[in-house]
Amino acid sequence: MRLLAALALVATLALPAGAGAGVDKPVLAPAKGGKCIAPPEVMRREHPDMLRHQRTVTVHEGVRDAKVSLEGCIDCHGPAREFCAQCHRYAGVHIDCFQCHASRPAEKR
Amino acid sequence: MNGRRAFLGTAAALGGVAIAPGLLLFEPARAKGASSKVRWGMLVDTTRCAEGCTACVSACNKENGLSGGTGPDDSQWIRKIELKEKTTGRTLSLPMMCQHCAEPPCVDVCPTGASFKRADGIVLVDRHLCIGCRYCMMACPYKARSFVHEPLHDQKPDVPRGQGCVESCTLCVQRVDRGEGPACVEACKTEGREALLFGDLNDPNSAVSKRMRERGAKQIRADLQLDTGVRYQGI
Repeated sequence: MRLLAALALVATLALPAGAGAGVDKPVLAPAKGGKCIAPPEVMRREHPDMLRHQRTVTVHEGVRDAKVSLEGCIDCHGPAREFCAQCHRYAGVHIDCFQCHASRPAEKR
Repeated sequence: MNGRRAFLGTAAALGGVAIAPGLLLFEPARAKGASSKVRWGMLVDTTRCAEGCTACVSACNKENGLSGGTGPDDSQWIRKIELKEKTTGRTLSLPMMCQHCAEPPCVDVCPTGASFKRADGIVLVDRHLCIGCRYCMMACPYKARSFVHEPLHDQKPDVPRGQGCVESCTLCVQRVDRGEGPACVEACKTEGREALLFGDLNDPNSAVSKRMRERGAKQIRADLQLDTGVRYQGI
């Protein structure tokens, strides 16, 4: 009985990993512009904290020329639907940045 | 407080405090932002404001990506109001928008801190914090705020706005931070009326201060003692 339960547990734990195979691995197009503000492995992990910190500084203190900017991400990496959404779909993380923020690069700048 | 700030400044200058690789607790060189030395304000000369002219409203809609609708569910950051004095029959036209109070009631009532006043006197809504309760709309004596009822698409990159948040005139904060004036003021000038004037109320030499000194200016509902940043002449 105990063995059965253990087997069932293993099966349940293994299931999400297996389900992940159903979602396409993100294939990100190369970015325009020069170098990113930090190496990819840092950006991958830290971008939510960077953006969350910067949004307060920008909105409340009016600091506009900061290194970290959501607009900057979109300008180099292209539409959020293609760049942001791929990994977020893969990781199952829901973001609502683009309910308010422009999700496409500005046409002329 | 100042001593502590200075210490933090020094600590930041020494390379910042790393809380994670590539992420600093303090930016080594903090960029310049809104300054408490200035207080942005606007002067409306109602004698130059023409009845039926809506150049300021159109410019605001274009700059901030508003639909331009005037229904109860549409966002209106600036409205044109026609007034008539009952006893004399004198008519008057003026633009009405957020008055950017020094003592804003919307900020007082906001339960989340989303409504706030910037150091330079501009009253804004931080949409990251707004929960859409609309207390501020009830508190505002000028009916200056709107609520976004429907999902929005294709917002302007420097004017993020979306469903479920309250919003109002920002004095075109994105332009002010670039060193320009609000879109409505520019439109009024292009129209050749110059009924709107934007500037620093704290600076005695600014165009706004000078004109107010010469001809005086009134605050709407001055009895509420909110010390509005938008002042009117000829009312």
